[in-house]
Amino acid sequence: MSGLSIENLSMRFDLPNGTSVQALQDVSLQLAEGELLSVLGPSGCGKTTLLNIAAGFLAPTSGVIRLNGHEVHGPDAERGMVFQKGALFEWMSVRENVSFGPRMAGQREAQYGAEVDHLLEVVGLRDFKEKAIYELSGGMQQRVALARCLANHPDVILMDEPLGALDALTREKMQSLVLKLWKETGKTIILITHSVEEALLLGERLVVMAPRPGRIHREYRLPFADLGVGQDLRDVKKHPEFAEKREEILGMIWDMEEEIMGRSEDSE
Amino acid sequence: MIVFLLYAAIFVASFYIVKLVVQKTTTDYTSLKTVTFGDESAVRPNRIASFVSIGTIFLLWGAFTGSSWIPGFLHAPGPFMGDATFTYTATANGQQPDDAEVTIRVFEVGTDVEVPIVDLGEGWAKNDADTVGAWRSGLVRVDKNDEYGRDDGHTITAVNGNPIKPGDSVETDYGRVGMSAKGTLNFEPSKGWQMEPIWLPSPEAVVARFGDIAANGYRGSSLWAHLGISLQRVILGFVFGALVGIPLGYAMGLSDWFRGWFDPIVEFMRPVPPLALIPLVIIWAGIGETGKVILLFLAALWIMAIAARAGVSGVAISKVHAAYSLGASKAQIMRHVIVPNSLPEIFTGARVAMGVCWGTVVAAELVAAEQGAGMMIMVASKFQLTDIVLMGIILIGIIGFGIDILMRFAEKALVPWKGKI
Repeated sequence: MSGLSIENLSMRFDLPNGTSVQALQDVSLQLAEGELLSVLGPSGCGKTTLLNIAAGFLAPTSGVIRLNGHEVHGPDAERGMVFQKGALFEWMSVRENVSFGPRMAGQREAQYGAEVDHLLEVVGLRDFKEKAIYELSGGMQQRVALARCLANHPDVILMDEPLGALDALTREKMQSLVLKLWKETGKTIILITHSVEEALLLGERLVVMAPRPGRIHREYRLPFADLGVGQDLRDVKKHPEFAEKREEILGMIWDMEEEIMGRSEDSE
Repeated sequence: MIVFLLYAAIFVASFYIVKLVVQKTTTDYTSLKTVTFGDESAVRPNRIASFVSIGTIFLLWGAFTGSSWIPGFLHAPGPFMGDATFTYTATANGQQPDDAEVTIRVFEVGTDVEVPIVDLGEGWAKNDADTVGAWRSGLVRVDKNDEYGRDDGHTITAVNGNPIKPGDSVETDYGRVGMSAKGTLNFEPSKGWQMEPIWLPSPEAVVARFGDIAANGYRGSSLWAHLGISLQRVILGFVFGALVGIPLGYAMGLSDWFRGWFDPIVEFMRPVPPLALIPLVIIWAGIGETGKVILLFLAALWIMAIAARAGVSGVAISKVHAAYSLGASKAQIMRHVIVPNSLPEIFTGARVAMGVCWGTVVAAELVAAEQGAGMMIMVASKFQLTDIVLMGIILIGIIGFGIDILMRFAEKALVPWKGKI
């Protein structure tokens, strides 16, 4: 079977002081090929842990992750990762960053050159190919990160708050770009975000996680990602159902946050 | 003290003069700011101040050494030279007190001088003549040519009409006349405010000495051989230190066993000043080239190891994760991520290490060497050749500064992203 399947994943961190934290408990998710899943949740709900396990940077305490039928162990080029910031290589030009994956795989310029240039064009960096990373703005740097990931042809793209460090205007533009890239490439994407709007706009499916222990709280299937392709995202936001969902999820997360606060106050 | 006050006065005066002249002509953005106190970006070195500062040093140096580069009216008063005169009054057993005049020719030390010829004058105390070098003092045996000498109770009672007794002194227009415990006069011509060349030679003397040594060498080697050998030691020591230190630092940054094994050694050796190792290195390896290079190797080694370790430890985990996710192998991550990521730290370390090495080599040459910049000034100081010492210090400073400029230049060319992330 194709797609990504997360089966009964649990993760427990044993702390040096003898206590332990249950970061994830019995999390299961099925992603069909080409699905875009956004993951929301209050801080400490284990969403980054989930992504790190999917990427192969962490080994789960129990449970497995399967990609296209085979079990996942350790990081691999089939699962690409886009970080919030600081994961680009400053000692390389924009183009060298984007061609990093193919170059490490031993490909020659003739093999990857045309596609890398095409990707740079798609993300709007055609004129910045030879620039250094530190010469780019934050939004441009994230475009490089997206192109770098795509140039490597991963089956799944894992995004850890990829737009979290951007200002509001740049963020809106980048959301459209992510949607466009998703539609054009048909990649399976897991996107972690703190922004309820972003999760609603980009996620074909949306998972809200709850903390302590980290688990899946609610799951939604959403129409907005499809609406957003080829349409101004601000129009999508005006959709009555959008506002309704946003309030519902915001309320849910507020309740969880309050519960956490209350619990920690009790324990003091 | 006077020099310091003059320096402060020039500092303040030039500040107001330059402000007055320049303020009206500057048009950069800073001049529009109303808040500059506390604004770090508004504080850039004022280049005019730098030029005035260097000019002031040379001006004061020249003024207090009577330099020919500085117009005469700016010179501090020099030592008295020429013929000084004073009179003394002497008594002797059963004689009336008699006056006589002493003429002393004060000459520049190192030039030929003749005793001035004077008329002996009247009375039993005769006029005297003698010579004293500038900045020196000399005994004047005025009783030698008098008709009644010490055996006849010759005693000096006054100088220029001022009474004097053993241990006292009298100031004259030309200097101080003192009387020793045994009653002999000594004359110390007034020194003025200028420095004697043996303490501080004039700038042109230093330049002349530089020309002389550049052309003829010093102590059997040319100037360039002295400086070159010092530089060569620094470069050799630094290169060996980097060749061992950088891989060691990488190993310490990547392996817990290496880290645990070498941590105590590195952490212990790092605070030991390389100068403290000189005696040990001399015992083990002698004063030859090997000892010097070993010393500089040790000076550079720990700095480079710590810099490389910091460079490796400082790599953002997201960069390593990103590289793994892009399919890079461990070797590729080492070569394409960890090594380039550590370069800024390594360059910082290299700059520090070169500075330390340069300081250490000069110190090691001061202790014992046959050639080298430090040896040059050490030997010169033993012979009171202050001009060579000053020249050496200036050259050592220029070379040290040049090394740092070169390192900064290399850093800009090779790690342009440093400090911009």
